[in-house]
Amino acid sequence: MTMILGLYNYWVVIVLMMIGFYMIIAHGNLIKKIVGLNIFQTSVFIFYISVGNIEGGSAPIWDESIILYSNPLPHVLILTAIVVGLATTALALALIVRLNEAYGSINEDEIQAMDNQDMVNHSLSNQHRDQEPC
Amino acid sequence: MLAGIYGLVSASFFVVMDAVDVAFTEASVGAGISTLLMLTTVAMTERTEREARHKPLLAFIVVFITGIFLLYGTFDMPYFGSVDAPSHNHVGPRYTLDSMNEIGIPNMVTSVLASYRGFDTFGEVTVIFTAGIGVLALLGVVRRPEDNSVIEAVNDSMHEQHLILRIIIKILIPFILLYAFYVQFHGDFGPGGGFQAGVIFAAGIILYSMLFGLNIALRVIKQPVVQLLSAIGVLMYGSVGVVSILNGGSFLEYAVLSDDPISGQHLGILLIELGVGLTVASVMIIIYFSFSGRSEYRQSKEGTSL
Amino acid sequence: MLAHLPILQVIVPLMAAPACLLLRRPKLVWLFTLLASALAFIISILLLQQVMIAGTISYELGGWSPPWGIEYRVDKLNAFIAIIISGLSTLVLLASRTSIEKEISADKHTLFYILYLLSLTGMLGIVTTGDAFNVFVFLEISSLSAYSLIALGKDRRAIWSSFQYLIMGTIGATFILIAIGLMYQMTGTLNMADLATRLPEVAETRTVITAYAFFIVGVCLKLALFPLHLWLPNAYVYAPSIVTAFFAATSTKVAAYLLIRFTFSIFGLSFSFTTLPMGTLFLTLGLLGIFVASTVAIYQDNIKHVFAYSSVAQTGYMIVGFSMATTAGLSAMLLHMFNHALMAGALFLALAAVTYRVGATKISDFQGLGRQMPFTMAAIVIGGLSVIGVPLTAGFVSKWHLVVAAIGKDWWVVAGLLLLGSLLAVIYVWRIVETAYFKAPMTGKDSVEEAPMAFLFPIWILASANVYFGIDTRLSVETATAAAKGLFGVAP
Repeated sequence: MTMILGLYNYWVVIVLMMIGFYMIIAHGNLIKKIVGLNIFQTSVFIFYISVGNIEGGSAPIWDESIILYSNPLPHVLILTAIVVGLATTALALALIVRLNEAYGSINEDEIQAMDNQDMVNHSLSNQHRDQEPC
Repeated sequence: MLAGIYGLVSASFFVVMDAVDVAFTEASVGAGISTLLMLTTVAMTERTEREARHKPLLAFIVVFITGIFLLYGTFDMPYFGSVDAPSHNHVGPRYTLDSMNEIGIPNMVTSVLASYRGFDTFGEVTVIFTAGIGVLALLGVVRRPEDNSVIEAVNDSMHEQHLILRIIIKILIPFILLYAFYVQFHGDFGPGGGFQAGVIFAAGIILYSMLFGLNIALRVIKQPVVQLLSAIGVLMYGSVGVVSILNGGSFLEYAVLSDDPISGQHLGILLIELGVGLTVASVMIIIYFSFSGRSEYRQSKEGTSL
Repeated sequence: MLAHLPILQVIVPLMAAPACLLLRRPKLVWLFTLLASALAFIISILLLQQVMIAGTISYELGGWSPPWGIEYRVDKLNAFIAIIISGLSTLVLLASRTSIEKEISADKHTLFYILYLLSLTGMLGIVTTGDAFNVFVFLEISSLSAYSLIALGKDRRAIWSSFQYLIMGTIGATFILIAIGLMYQMTGTLNMADLATRLPEVAETRTVITAYAFFIVGVCLKLALFPLHLWLPNAYVYAPSIVTAFFAATSTKVAAYLLIRFTFSIFGLSFSFTTLPMGTLFLTLGLLGIFVASTVAIYQDNIKHVFAYSSVAQTGYMIVGFSMATTAGLSAMLLHMFNHALMAGALFLALAAVTYRVGATKISDFQGLGRQMPFTMAAIVIGGLSVIGVPLTAGFVSKWHLVVAAIGKDWWVVAGLLLLGSLLAVIYVWRIVETAYFKAPMTGKDSVEEAPMAFLFPIWILASANVYFGIDTRLSVETATAAAKGLFGVAP
């Protein structure tokens, strides 16, 4: 019983992570993939912060009256990770904007289909060229 | 919209977990900038999703295996919140017990972020800078003067309609910018610091730009200047480290920056946080201007308005 | 200054990047970037010299001793890799100014150099640091700059390849972040040397096993080990040619370094290979990678695709060496990392030259190229021979060491399979040679000239290096063996 109480926090985090992960892989819409990526990353942040939590501790800002503080190290790591996540999201969204301009779509299947069509057209025109007398 | 709510919920979770600095950052970044960029992208691409899910079974299998593996891993973990966990008994105690003596500022997160692990933060500023340059490379357009008149006409007609917004925002923006400065310099004593301050400052500028139009905003905040400022922020951070070396210490050893190690720490932290704030604010502005500029560029090419 | 070499290795390119924005003219920016990269190369050589004399160097950042502060830790292994990265970076930069004239629009040139320097910074940072979380930060620097650089390619497929790489790469990086979190949770530290001391106590716990698993998956995504290699071929083909030359020679080596470092120095030999069946797993994946990738390479129309799949195959060879868990196997792997950097650098730079002159690199574009671009084609031939593993080339040396190491473990079947892989390489290399030398140029392509000196100079340095290190193997073999032995001495 104590095990469940002690660990359920992590289990919830894992469920969140998997939701995010599923969204990245399964959804065809590129923006949804990025949302999934964000959920995935944020749940990792929640995991780290949970690791740093001490029962009965307070926020790690010094005050004479407080004896027990929560561990500040995970907080620092997550601050960095949040910023990194934002940087990745910004770049990914910029790519999506360019993809929309180039392909007219932001759906993975449609873009892939257009690329495959390009390759087929290309090899067809190559065949015609090879058959011409040099 | 949901992304914004999700960001706020996780921010509240962080507060409950005593991670106030993180909550602050997540609120401004996750619920703020992230949502803003996603909405901008949606506006520039498509509003509705086409119904095409692919290979849900394969995805489900992969996710299931990964999840099971993680769950398996939790069984030997120290319990949530326990004081005896290794993570609290090795490196952690020095930060909570000694940082006040060694560095002299109450916010332990800032102590660790800016001094003990200051090099990680330098890397982080560089990550932000990289994203800014990347977005510039992807979305940057060279603005030709003759396009401006067409766009201005569209903008002016739109903004005439939002009189109430304009008045309120004109009053609010100075306070937002002032708050950003407060967060920047108060980061030693309470939650805050360079990142949060930079994001808030940028939010003020972005608000201005959203309401009054990109062209007017660009006349005030010129693109080359902002790009230069983002570079200067990173260089400022690095220079503090270089000066430390020249003063006989190792890279980013603030203690050697002044006669008294504690005031050296204070000076070092102040300077690098400024560098961080400068770069973060500039890069956020660059990113927003790039997205916004691209949107107008496409509109002028297509001859349609939003 | 000498004492600060470890940090200077990373700071020089790091601060050079934003400084580029202060310079106005692109030609000046190129020169500045070249100088920064060359300086990083010199520093890496000095570092290796220092390490060979004095042993592992430790540098405390911020004046805080580890594990409370971040430590930079240089031993023979990472000094060796740093030389590979900075050396190849400088050589590729020599040709970059000319190459990007035709492949990237002029207003983006400065941004290109900044991203290039940031990518170099990221890689050098990963390699030099002794702190696990620091690895993550610099991994993201190198990844984000890579996604941006690849997306600069002219074809719209460059953007799509970059996006796919971003998704896979970020999943990998997040897995690594999870792994670091789990390790921290069980040991309370982020410093690599400290982790090495503290992990054995908790090594049998499920959490640590999970941590290792996630780390390996994350690294293998970056390494493009079969079957997680899917992002690589398109990224290499559609990126600007000079970007491909840079990444083909360097980025997978960094991922391989992480694999080695975490397996041997941190988690430890007994945990990785005895408790967990990593040896068998890596052997299987490595062999599959060699055969599947080499076979696919044979059917490719675009020569860049051919050598991209060839690179995936070469990674397979490296992983086979890794799976042996012996000094001989590991030094063979390190040797192949060095030699592959030379091979891939020469080949992709030559392909960049072909793209510059001809405009594309389909097999049909190569008809008659042997006569029109003799020096460039000759370099491709040497590179190709090195990939096959013909004696007198660097590729032969590392394949030889791999086979010998396999025989040393009585893995006769594996040795045979390694040799068989070379035969597949013969097929795809011969296709190119035949088309270039034995077919007449297509109509309309008579006016192709040889590549300009900007290309030929670095191409030929690398091609000659392939031959030189194939004949005089002392330097490369000694360093690789010393580095491998050092790792086995440290591991518990």
